[in-house]
Amino acid sequence: MADLIHEIEQEQLRGETPGFAPGDTVRVLYLVREGSKERIQAFEGVCIARKGGGLSETFTVRKISSGIGVERIFPLHAPTVQGIEVVRHGRVRRAKLYYLRGRRGKSARIQEKRTTAN
Amino acid sequence: MPGLIGRKVGMTRIFDDEGIQVPVTVIEAGPCPILQVRSGDSNGTRWVQLGFGSQRAKRTSKAEMGHAAKAGLEAAPRILRVFTLEGGDDIEVGQQLTVEQFEAGDRVKVTGQSKGRGFQGVVKRHGFAGRPGGHGHPMARNPGSVGPGTNPSRVIKGKKLPGRMGGTRTTVRNMQVVRVDGERNLLFVKGGVPGARDGYVLISK
Repeated sequence: MADLIHEIEQEQLRGETPGFAPGDTVRVLYLVREGSKERIQAFEGVCIARKGGGLSETFTVRKISSGIGVERIFPLHAPTVQGIEVVRHGRVRRAKLYYLRGRRGKSARIQEKRTTAN
Repeated sequence: MPGLIGRKVGMTRIFDDEGIQVPVTVIEAGPCPILQVRSGDSNGTRWVQLGFGSQRAKRTSKAEMGHAAKAGLEAAPRILRVFTLEGGDDIEVGQQLTVEQFEAGDRVKVTGQSKGRGFQGVVKRHGFAGRPGGHGHPMARNPGSVGPGTNPSRVIKGKKLPGRMGGTRTTVRNMQVVRVDGERNLLFVKGGVPGARDGYVLISK
């Protein structure tokens, strides 16, 4: 019953995702289809939210493009998302960083997370 | 091919070739044994009786058992349903029908028993607009007037009023088959299908 649905969803999950969390700066490589041509485009910005679970999980990436804030929501398990690279881990205290939308410049910065090497 | 009987497994999403998310209902359909074929009713329509699932022997009557045995089955099917046959279909009793008769892109009809919603008002049941919610408006979901007065001094038959909603046989036409999984007897249909999970549904072209 519900197990069968679970099974079907498991089959479609991407193998391994880099561990990234809100606050991290990520580079998303996604497939763009223009007519019959395909190419990979990158979208780099701060991940401000991860939502949902399982197959329906999505994440939101925000960047400032020529002075304008741009956000894109990617389905985590979509085959069009070819790769996700973590550029920088950020130190944040919230799961959803929507407060960044109201900020610009200095106040919109996120401290880098320092992990002790052991 | 006539169609299939299935069980609604539930809904999920799948990514198509373009990478677009498609909402789908998963139906476990067939294999359905053919128990009876009738050619030429009085009006010439041919029909076929299909079975689905299996009933425990303890719960099966001898008549049902005998009927199933004619098709070479060991256990009687849980449910039997009749489908009309297309002219050219070549079909025999005892044959098993599977989801392989469908392929991705096909348009199908899906019939099921819709979820019972109980006694509902006109806004939910018939899609009346209701009244503005604010500005001190009274009677927000009221049906309003039910017709003229002294003449005809009765309510016209078929007037849409509150009452029992759902729990009826419902058919959704033109549903798109997105994927067929012959190994697990699964059919992926785009969109929602009438009825609760685990409910029986009929699929036909």
